[in-house]
Amino acid sequence: MSSPTPQYGPMFDTDELVINMGPQHPSTHGVLRVVLRLDGEKVVDADVVIGYLHRGVEKLSESRSWTQIVLLTDRLDYVSAATSNVGYCETVEKLMAIEVPRRAKYLRVILSELQRIASHLLWLGTHAMDTGAMTVFLYAFRERELILDLFEEYCGARLTYNSMRIGGLPQDLPPSWDRKVLEFCRIMEGKLEEYETLLTGNRIWLARTKGVGVIDGAEALALGLSGPPLRGSGVRRDVRKDEPYAAYDEMEFDVPLGVAGDTFDRYVVRMQEFRQSIRIIRQAMQGIPEGPILGKVPRLIKPPAGEVYHAIESPKGELGFFIVSDGKSTSPYRFRVRPPSFCNLQALPRLVKGHLIADVVALIGSLDVVLGEVDR
Amino acid sequence: MVELVLIPLLKIIVVLNATLLGVTYMVLLERKVIAWAQSRLGPMRVGPYGVLQPVADAMKLMLKEDITPARADKWVFTLAPILSMVPALVVYAVIPFGDEVHLFGRRISLYITDINVGLLYVVSVTSVGVYGIILAGYSSNSKWPLLASLRASAQLISYEIAITLTLVSVVLMSGTLSMVGIVTSQASQGVWYAFIQPMAFVIFFIGGLAETNRAPFDLPEAEQELTGGFHTEYSGMRFALFFLAEYANMIVVSSVATTLFLGGWLRPFPNVEFLSFLGIVPGWCWFLLKSFIFLYLFIWVRATLPRYRYDQLMRLGWKVLIPLAIANLILTAIVKVALA
Repeated sequence: MSSPTPQYGPMFDTDELVINMGPQHPSTHGVLRVVLRLDGEKVVDADVVIGYLHRGVEKLSESRSWTQIVLLTDRLDYVSAATSNVGYCETVEKLMAIEVPRRAKYLRVILSELQRIASHLLWLGTHAMDTGAMTVFLYAFRERELILDLFEEYCGARLTYNSMRIGGLPQDLPPSWDRKVLEFCRIMEGKLEEYETLLTGNRIWLARTKGVGVIDGAEALALGLSGPPLRGSGVRRDVRKDEPYAAYDEMEFDVPLGVAGDTFDRYVVRMQEFRQSIRIIRQAMQGIPEGPILGKVPRLIKPPAGEVYHAIESPKGELGFFIVSDGKSTSPYRFRVRPPSFCNLQALPRLVKGHLIADVVALIGSLDVVLGEVDR
Repeated sequence: MVELVLIPLLKIIVVLNATLLGVTYMVLLERKVIAWAQSRLGPMRVGPYGVLQPVADAMKLMLKEDITPARADKWVFTLAPILSMVPALVVYAVIPFGDEVHLFGRRISLYITDINVGLLYVVSVTSVGVYGIILAGYSSNSKWPLLASLRASAQLISYEIAITLTLVSVVLMSGTLSMVGIVTSQASQGVWYAFIQPMAFVIFFIGGLAETNRAPFDLPEAEQELTGGFHTEYSGMRFALFFLAEYANMIVVSSVATTLFLGGWLRPFPNVEFLSFLGIVPGWCWFLLKSFIFLYLFIWVRATLPRYRYDQLMRLGWKVLIPLAIANLILTAIVKVALA
């Protein structure tokens, strides 16, 4: 490579440094690999390499029965399994035109929003950790633990819940679980103040996030961003509002929007989503109807021939499932996931260009990708 | 013979061992304090409340395999940790831990030596430590450590300027470069220099954080960015030397700050008569207490703040701290001349 900056004269010959970040790097959130071309500390170009966590979930699904696939969706976004479960089950329900009881819809909302808080807590912790604020990480995990306890009490699992069934939910709420959820909401509101004290007004945090990785709404849409990264750029797009699923049409909540489209706005959007999620959980808890939790589902699930696409708002963005059924077999003919992390990740090379190495890790954190979902 | 060789030798042995012990327990203190800040317990397994953790750590690091990367520059690779550790220990030669004590019928001063350019000695010896970091990054023949050592050299050089400028304003106040002399002049002027040189004090503390690669200026070893920093390729005891050097440097900065700004071994309000009952506590205890406050601050800051970015760090150093330090120096000189 020849010298890109000849103005130093013949004495110095500068060279670009090609450096490999990941797949074993503490800040790439799993096994992401980014090949960086550096001019000093400045990123000239970045090349994202994925595939280190590929397990063939989509292909596997084509040889599993429809009910077994719920288990595989747990392993897509493994820090937000419940929302993936909801997304898949609703897709199949749409294909089979199964009516889900209202109580089940409400429970799905509650579990999804709890999951959103848990997922955002993990994002907050790791994002802050990447910029060097390690205490926030421990605080966020402390509260995430409370949610995992709630999930454990509900379905027995703490990470891969398998908490949904086609047509509803596997079991009703355990006794006094609702009280614990409301208690958690109360605790969480206080803790949010704590995180904001540590970060939001912190000069170093502002310096590290403001104006870093700016992307405007039009470009964000063109790159296929969704979820908080898109809303951080000021685009009002939330599947829960635009194409309501479960019981979201009965909930009252705001869609937080950013203005500048930088890392700080994406941070603010997610911080406000915490509060909106708490608001939704409270409403759902209050309005939860009595009734069955599982709709009328045939013993052998065998959807009619046809294809269907259904999307939900996962904590990371728009999580879509596209399923083709041939109407004859007991497994899908084609199973395709539109993972928000994968689509959001493709903005990374565009975002990091011209920034420093320290910003690369901040931006990976800001996009909030989970490699299980990217590679599938 | 006793005066000339034996006593200094004993002092060196005592100081060296106390320092190394202090350094290992500094690591434990940091882990404990940060754990408490993060609502954890910290080390609890080795000994009651984990007090023997440093021993276990030392054993582990000594018994670990010492790997030299195949393409490393072997001599430099071995030299670097030594170069980083030795200056951190040698500085203690001029640090006055206390006044004089009577022991076995002899008057023994609680410092190894008092040279008339003590402060200059501190500045020059600590500067040598930078070479350890630069050479470590260079000799590893690995890209991440190289980046870290580039950061380190830029950072240490810029903050050294700010620190040295603040030291000059202190020297203007005391009229001497001797560390003992600076303390005694604070006694005779009846005030700690932190109060009449608050700006210098703050700049020194911030610069001290940067000099010892501590948060929020811990860029050379930013684990989340550089996978560990300049010591990525080091293992075993050689890694331990870097680690210990960092903590030894923290103690050096705390001790120098105590000596220069908080009156060294002097009790609070050294010239206020009715507080003379404070004199019951020996001077070295005051010294340790004051240094401890600094060390605690170092840890506290680390538990609270995110990390600066490289360019922001440089901007803070060159555009804020250095101009402020120069302004402070000029102001001090003007006031000094006007009063004289």
